[in-house]
Amino acid sequence: MAGLEDLYREIILDHYRSPRNKGSLETPPAHKTEGFNPLCGDEIVVYLVLDDNDTIVDIKIGGQGCSISQSSASMMSAAVKGKSVAEARKMMASFKAMMSIHESDIGGDGSEAEIGIGGIDASDPAELKLGDLEALRGVVKFPVRIKCATLSWNTLNQAFEELSAG
Amino acid sequence: MTFDVQAIRKDFPILHHLQDGRRLAFLDSAASSQRPIQVIEAMDLLYTTSYANVHRGVYRLAERATNAFEAARSKVAAFIGAPSHDEVVFTKNATEAINLVAGSWGRANLGPGDAIVLSLLEHHANIVPWQMLAAEKGFEIRWLGLTADGQLDLTDLDRLLDGAKLLGVTAMSNVLGTLTPIRVLADAAHDRGALILVDACQSVPHQPTDVVEMGADFVAFSGHKMLGPTGIGVLWGRAELLDAMPPFLGGGGMILNVTTEGFIPDAVPAKFEAGTPPIAEAVGLAAAIGYLENIGMDAIRRHEIELTSYALRTLHERLGDSLVIHGPCEPAPRGGVLSLELLDVHAHDVSQVLDEHAVAIRPGHHCAKPLMRHLGVPATARASLYLYNDTDDVDALADALVAAREFFAP
Ligand SMILES: Cc1ncc(COP(=O)(O)O)c(C=O)c1O
Repeated sequence: MAGLEDLYREIILDHYRSPRNKGSLETPPAHKTEGFNPLCGDEIVVYLVLDDNDTIVDIKIGGQGCSISQSSASMMSAAVKGKSVAEARKMMASFKAMMSIHESDIGGDGSEAEIGIGGIDASDPAELKLGDLEALRGVVKFPVRIKCATLSWNTLNQAFEELSAG
Repeated sequence: MTFDVQAIRKDFPILHHLQDGRRLAFLDSAASSQRPIQVIEAMDLLYTTSYANVHRGVYRLAERATNAFEAARSKVAAFIGAPSHDEVVFTKNATEAINLVAGSWGRANLGPGDAIVLSLLEHHANIVPWQMLAAEKGFEIRWLGLTADGQLDLTDLDRLLDGAKLLGVTAMSNVLGTLTPIRVLADAAHDRGALILVDACQSVPHQPTDVVEMGADFVAFSGHKMLGPTGIGVLWGRAELLDAMPPFLGGGGMILNVTTEGFIPDAVPAKFEAGTPPIAEAVGLAAAIGYLENIGMDAIRRHEIELTSYALRTLHERLGDSLVIHGPCEPAPRGGVLSLELLDVHAHDVSQVLDEHAVAIRPGHHCAKPLMRHLGVPATARASLYLYNDTDDVDALADALVAAREFFAP
């Protein structure tokens, strides 16, 4: 039986209480994408600025939600800031793998398949450096909360799709 | 007879299961109730002795099934004070019942320049069907607002109803527990020539219902919130309205005749029951109604008022200002639904800790986003009470909330 401590690690509560990159950015130049968890009403707004080399030069997170969705968004923003879109996508794949979501499991959903994790063995997350995000590993034991943890990543993914679609 | 919760609990097998060795405090009946063994056995009995498709069959099994199904319709009719059992239409759930009114009556009667009025207390089930139809037909949806303590604000009612063709309103809010003054609303609507559709999903399970006394034109509710099975709901409508309405879904069972040129619909209620209906579910619902009647709806309402008062008092004593309880602060104008907001702890996290303490409540927007927005809260933790809940459940809730507050304290 998984205990609450598996879910609510200290670092998660820290990100929840003091979220990183909280706020908004002017659009344009920033790109704004909203993500919803229709089950619980959690909302994540990702403001993203890419430079010409597809580097994430700035990111801010708006919205509201539970400690898991908010801390996950905060950790994600810290992890991807300064990284390229390609690197962020790799992290996304490893994060989802840590959440036991393997892209092949999702099946049939084109948008997920496009994430393109080629070459990365996402099933072995130990190989990947997720940093603080590792603290969310315990969420897997609480299946209903996986959607909370992945909301920000799915929103970021949607932002990438929108940007690449022009 | 005193209300014997412990005797009632014995009838609900699911409540005997322990969670981590603890008694489960099931406080989510507003989403769906549990069901007594009598309901489960009634459905088993049908399936093991008397099941066949209803109507049309001439063999005895089919006749028994048809009789059981139609007896269930009469049982529902008597339970809600319907003048005729033909006014009781079986649907899949309350949502489908409301969609039926929108798709049939609404489609035939609403167009550009028309208006309907909905209240801010409504469940999405009584909002979205109208928005879908409005997008197609171009009528206006007006909103009846709320007072500070979550009751309907009637000051603007007459102005809102002016020129409106329908008032759609819940009899009891599934978020705040607010009981609405249906008779007053019905009279006001009728004075302005409008009809009233009552979403009675939360009220029918918890208090006596008389559709005539309510002054309603349409009443919708679901079986699964009143000790019955899933997959069955009810639309009650006044006979002359139902008679005049076009069919909703088309198919077998709803026609008098079909040719290559077209069809002639059957009379109500068959007109609105296309396809094989929820047969065992109807029998289960009738058994649930029998169970409720044995205990008495007045007694159930009294029990819930008492338990709600106890809960309001206990939660206030144990949690003070760290807990906001939305909605009416007195137990009289409310049902046993408590929307809770623990300061600085999100409803989702509250529910997670509560589960650890074997307390089952529901976090979220409860399918009432316009209401949540009005309250200015993204989500609440909702605890709801029913006939099988007792003060131990409320105490377990209070203990678990105190634990949640401590767990998340900075
Ligand atoms: C007030 C109210 N109306 C409608 C519904 C919809 O009921 P169902 O999902 O059974 O159709 C509910 C249930 O959640 C409700 O509480």
